[in-house]
Amino acid sequence: MSLSILLALFLVASVIGHKVISDVPSLLHTPLMSGTNALSGVTVLGALTVAAVAKATGYRLLGAVAVILAMINVVGGFLVTHRMLKMFKKGTESEGRENVMG
Amino acid sequence: MSWVNLLGLVFVLGTVWGIKLMSSPVTAVKGNLLGSVSMAGAIILTLLAEGIVSLPLLWVAIAMGTLFGYYLAVKVAMIQMPQMVALLNGFGGGSSAIVSLLALLGILGDISNADRLTSGLGLVIGSITLSGSLIAAAKLHGKMNQRPIVFKGQSTWNNLTLLAIGILFASLLVIPSDGITQGAFWILVLSSAYGVLFTIRVGGADMPITISLLNSFSGIAASISGFAVRNPLLVAIGAIVGASGLILTRLMCKAMNRSLSQVLAGRTVLMSKKPDPGVTSIDEDHLSRKRRTPDGEDQDDFLSQIRSAKSVIVIPGYGMALAQAQHEVKKLADILEGMNKKVKFAIHPVAGRMPGHMNVLLAEADVPYDELFEMDDVNDEFKETDIVIVVGANDVINPAANTAEGTPIYGMPILRAYEAKHVVIFNLDTKPGYAGVDNPLYSMDNATLILGDAAETVLQVASRLQDTASSG
Repeated sequence: MSLSILLALFLVASVIGHKVISDVPSLLHTPLMSGTNALSGVTVLGALTVAAVAKATGYRLLGAVAVILAMINVVGGFLVTHRMLKMFKKGTESEGRENVMG
Repeated sequence: MSWVNLLGLVFVLGTVWGIKLMSSPVTAVKGNLLGSVSMAGAIILTLLAEGIVSLPLLWVAIAMGTLFGYYLAVKVAMIQMPQMVALLNGFGGGSSAIVSLLALLGILGDISNADRLTSGLGLVIGSITLSGSLIAAAKLHGKMNQRPIVFKGQSTWNNLTLLAIGILFASLLVIPSDGITQGAFWILVLSSAYGVLFTIRVGGADMPITISLLNSFSGIAASISGFAVRNPLLVAIGAIVGASGLILTRLMCKAMNRSLSQVLAGRTVLMSKKPDPGVTSIDEDHLSRKRRTPDGEDQDDFLSQIRSAKSVIVIPGYGMALAQAQHEVKKLADILEGMNKKVKFAIHPVAGRMPGHMNVLLAEADVPYDELFEMDDVNDEFKETDIVIVVGANDVINPAANTAEGTPIYGMPILRAYEAKHVVIFNLDTKPGYAGVDNPLYSMDNATLILGDAAETVLQVASRLQDTASSG
C-alpha cells in the first residue's frame, strides 16, 4: 500500500477518532483511556510480521519480544477495562436501594 | 479492494463503533467487547494474510503475552489503575519501537528514504513512550520519589537531547546502509533518555496530563510503525488512539489552566513562581478554633447542621483514594439518603492521578453513576446547597485559585464549595495541597475541619449520625 494512501488513512482515522472520543463523558474517561490503551497494542500486527520475516535469530527473538509486549498491552488493557466498566451501575440497579435522584 | 483490506476495514469500523458505544455507561461494556473482538479479528487476519499462521514462535509469544496481561488485569486494584495504564502504555510503546527498529534495519527488504524516516520516527516516539511510561509507572507505584526530580540546567539538557535526536533522525537520509545500525542504536538510546528526562520532573498532581500525553504517544507510535511495515490497520487504529490521548491531554490541561506547550516544555506546577505567603496565609489561631474531632464534646454544631440539611454535595479528592475511604464515604452517603437528603457527588476533572479516576473508585464502592456530576454541571448548585462534604480534596476547592495571582493554581477552575451554606472538610491535615498554596476555605466561617485518616473520621461521623437517626 502506498505511502500517500496510508497518510490519507491516518488523517481520516484521526478526524473520526476525534469526533467519536469527544462524545465520551468524563465519567468514563479512565475506562476510555485503558480501552484505547489496549487498542494501541494493535502494534502487535506489525510485531507478528517482523517476527515472522526476520531471518537472523536475534532479530526473530526481538520480534517475539515485541509480540509479547503488545499482547500484554492488548489483553491486559481490554480485561481491566471490562472489570472497570462492570462496576458502573445506575442508582436503580444497586441492590434495591431507593434512589430519589434523577 | 482485496478481501484482506475489506476485512481490515470492517475491524477498523468495529473499533470505532466500540468507542462510540463507550459514550454511555449503559453500552460501554458492549463497546469494549466489540473493540476486543475487532482486535482479535485483526490479529487472525494478519496471521492469515501474511501466511504465518503455522509459526510456533508466534503462538508461544502470543500465549505468553496473553497470560501475563491476564495476570496483571486480574491482580490490579482500582486505586492502582494509573500505574497499570502507564505500564501497559510503556509495553505498547516498546513494541512499536522494536517493530520500527527492525524495519529500519531492513529486515523487510531494502528500504527507501521515506521508509527510513517513518521507521526512524516510530523508533523515536516508541522509545520515548517506553521509558517515559516506565518512569511514570514507577513514580505512581511509589517505587520512585513522587516529587518532581529537577536538576540544574535540566531544560538545557532536554533541549540538547532533542536536538541530537533531530540531527540523527535527519542523518538517516544520508548515511550509507551499513551505518544504519549504529544510527538506530543512538536514536534508541537518546530517545529513551529523553523519555526519562521528560518524566522525572513530573510530580503527583501533574500525572493526569502526563499519562494522557503518553497515552497519545503510544497510539502515534503504533500508527507510525504501521507506516514502517505498511499495515493500514495499524495506521488507522493507532491514529484513533493518538487522537483520544490528545483530547484527554487537552481536557486535563484546561482543568489545570496550563497550555499544552507549557507541559511539553516540562513546566510543572512546582516549577512555577513561588506563591507570595502574604496573599493566602492562614491565621493558625482561628484555624484551631474551627477544628473538630468526630467524637469530641464540641461536635454538636456541625452534626446538627448535617442533620438539618436537605441537600448535600460530596467532593472526593485523591486523599480519599489514599485513605481508601470510598466505602466509608458511600456508607455516609447512604445514611444521609436514608435521612431523606439529596446527595450528589461533584468530581473535578483532575481529581486523582488520571482522567476519571474518582469515578472508578466511587463505582467500585457501589456509588451509582447517576449521582456523580462533572464540575461544570454542578458548580452552580453550590450556593443552594446546605452541606458540602469534602473528603481528601484541597487544590480543586481552593478559592485562592480565583484571587491569588502569581500562585501556581491561579486561574485553575475549581469546585465552588465555598459558596455552600456549610462545608465539612475531612482532610488528613491543613498542609497546603500539591500546588503548595494555603487554602483560605479552611478558615472561613462556614467551614468545619475534621483532621485525620478519612477512613476513620468519616466512619465515626457516619455512625454518630446513624445513632441519632435511629434514636430520634
